[in-house]
Amino acid sequence: MTRDGRLSPHAAEKTTALAIDVHGLNKSFGDKHVVNDVTIQVAEGRICGFLGPNGSGKTTTLRILCGLLTPDSGSGQALGFDIIRQADEVKLRTGYMTQRFSLYEDLTIAENLQFTARVYGLDRRGERVDKALERLGLASRRDQLAGTLSGGWKQRLALATATLHEPRLLLLDEPTAGVDPKARRTFWDEIHALAAEGLTVLVSTHYMDEAERCHEIAYISYGKLIARGTAEEVIAHSGLITFHGEGPNADRLAHELAQKPGVETAAAFGAAIHVSGEDRAALEAAIAPYRREPYQWREVPPTLEDVFIQLMGRSQDNVQ
Amino acid sequence: MSAFSWSRVTAVLVKEFKQLTRDRVTYAMILAIPVIQLTLFGYAINAEPRHLPTAVLAQEDSRYARSIIAALKNSAYFEFVAQARSAGELDRLVRTGDAQFAVTIPGDFSRRVARGDNAQILVEADATDPSSTGPAVAALSALPTAALSHDLTGAVAPRGQGKAPFEVITHARYNPEAITAFNIVPGLLGVILSLTLVMMTALSVTRETERGTMETLLATPLEPIEVMVGKLAPYVLVGLAQTAIILLMAGVLFHVPMSGGWIGLSLGIALFITGSLALGFFISTLARSQLQAMQMSFFYILPSILLSGFAFPFRGMPAWAQWLGEVLPVTHFLRVVRGSLLKGQGLGDQWRELLALTAFVCVVTALAMARYRRTLD
Repeated sequence: MTRDGRLSPHAAEKTTALAIDVHGLNKSFGDKHVVNDVTIQVAEGRICGFLGPNGSGKTTTLRILCGLLTPDSGSGQALGFDIIRQADEVKLRTGYMTQRFSLYEDLTIAENLQFTARVYGLDRRGERVDKALERLGLASRRDQLAGTLSGGWKQRLALATATLHEPRLLLLDEPTAGVDPKARRTFWDEIHALAAEGLTVLVSTHYMDEAERCHEIAYISYGKLIARGTAEEVIAHSGLITFHGEGPNADRLAHELAQKPGVETAAAFGAAIHVSGEDRAALEAAIAPYRREPYQWREVPPTLEDVFIQLMGRSQDNVQ
Repeated sequence: MSAFSWSRVTAVLVKEFKQLTRDRVTYAMILAIPVIQLTLFGYAINAEPRHLPTAVLAQEDSRYARSIIAALKNSAYFEFVAQARSAGELDRLVRTGDAQFAVTIPGDFSRRVARGDNAQILVEADATDPSSTGPAVAALSALPTAALSHDLTGAVAPRGQGKAPFEVITHARYNPEAITAFNIVPGLLGVILSLTLVMMTALSVTRETERGTMETLLATPLEPIEVMVGKLAPYVLVGLAQTAIILLMAGVLFHVPMSGGWIGLSLGIALFITGSLALGFFISTLARSQLQAMQMSFFYILPSILLSGFAFPFRGMPAWAQWLGEVLPVTHFLRVVRGSLLKGQGLGDQWRELLALTAFVCVVTALAMARYRRTLD
């Protein structure tokens, strides 16, 4: 992992073909620099989690990759095609799922799938639609209006639609926002099944459990790629030390500890507290007053969330 | 909850006001509608048009003829725009709409006046729009007694006394019974087509943007022209169905004459439907929400009703308003429809209107295509 957005050691191996290989992407809207020199590589068949705070440029980057936006500068390839000059070739082989449910609510489930099949000029349309419906488990509800589906089903239908033309690259923009945990799990099982078939997936998310289900993650903040690698790599390279404190009302110490020098994050986890920082001595000094009965402290490996909150705070400092 | 609370009402009220002023198009519409429309229509609309274009066929060049023309001019209702050399030319000027009145002064007019022998002049009015010719026709009744008062001196002085020295025969052409429906019903075709087609297309495209389905469409291999043709084609059918219904009802219920001009009418309908759809599409590239698309369509439809000659006589408007009206496709379409149905105009009489409609289609389609982007940039 590197913090400057350049090639990560992982991607630099180049042992497998890259499905996404873009360099130095920039995009501004007015005076807002939304995507700042972003370089991403994803090997074929991998699931790459795309993380970062709201407004960090994730959606814009995904839109550039699928040809919906033209970058101000930067270049690269998706599936071996130039993302700017051969956008049409990329579109043909890419499935894109937007943040909102963007199928036709006033068409039935089957009609939505049929429309997509026609747009991509697919052969054996009826057969493909039937198969997709069966895999979704919606065969019996094929004539139901898509707008009447629950959130989880809508997202699964959108995924089925985005993969109907058998794309080789799947771009998913926060596909499970607002979806219940069980439906999210089903959704992710499907994504892993697709990846096992060789599909490359770039998925943006805010959920840490989803980030951990990705083969690798890329963290973007204020338009800049600031960390990438596997979840373990990102945690290991963060240099973060985390102490876990328990005891009566330990969670209420969060506010006070956050003010201390050397403490980068202090957050309540249920009745417990996580205090993290990079400077071990300062961190120990900060919690020293509470290292007594009835509190119990132990060092734990930082979670991905601890690392992201640290990264978020740091990149904000960079901007200011 | 408890009883009606004014403070809770205030909360909603304050929020509503803030939202109202947040959307700049809505804000502009609240202020622009009264200001623009009032100035526009307040000054432009005049139910009693004057200075109507008049052609004259003077078969004799006499003092009396000149006096009659001068008297007509002085009434302020008639403005002489052409001097016809034959009855055929005079007829053509009225049929094409270049002249709304045709005055014929026969060759033996002076002789008959001098002899007191039943002298007549003929004034033909294009009465397709009876409300615009009505006041002018009424003003003609004073003409026989007043027009020649300075000329009838000396030997012919007795002709000026008692009975009027000549008679004005008025002939209301194309709509002799002055049936308002004959004018309004063909006009409604233009208004209804604009209303439904512009608004429906503007909304149908904006709806895709608003619901986010446009983003999905753009991410597919669909080309912009494919989206445009595919989205607009159903509305061509809607337009044709409406046209059929309106023409059928016009004939069956209102007995509107169908004098011919079918080629020009068909061309006009095709161009007008295309132009309205292109305009709707163009609006959808400007509007960010369905509400805005609705407001913009409305902003177009109001002048289409008021300045096109549909609701008020086109020639009653001042020059600047007529110029504005000429920009509206409805104005030209109305002339084609009324010209075909009521006057039986041929292509030769309608080519200018059809050309104007073609220009509108080209300009608006070009604008729409230039504005419609296949990316979200």
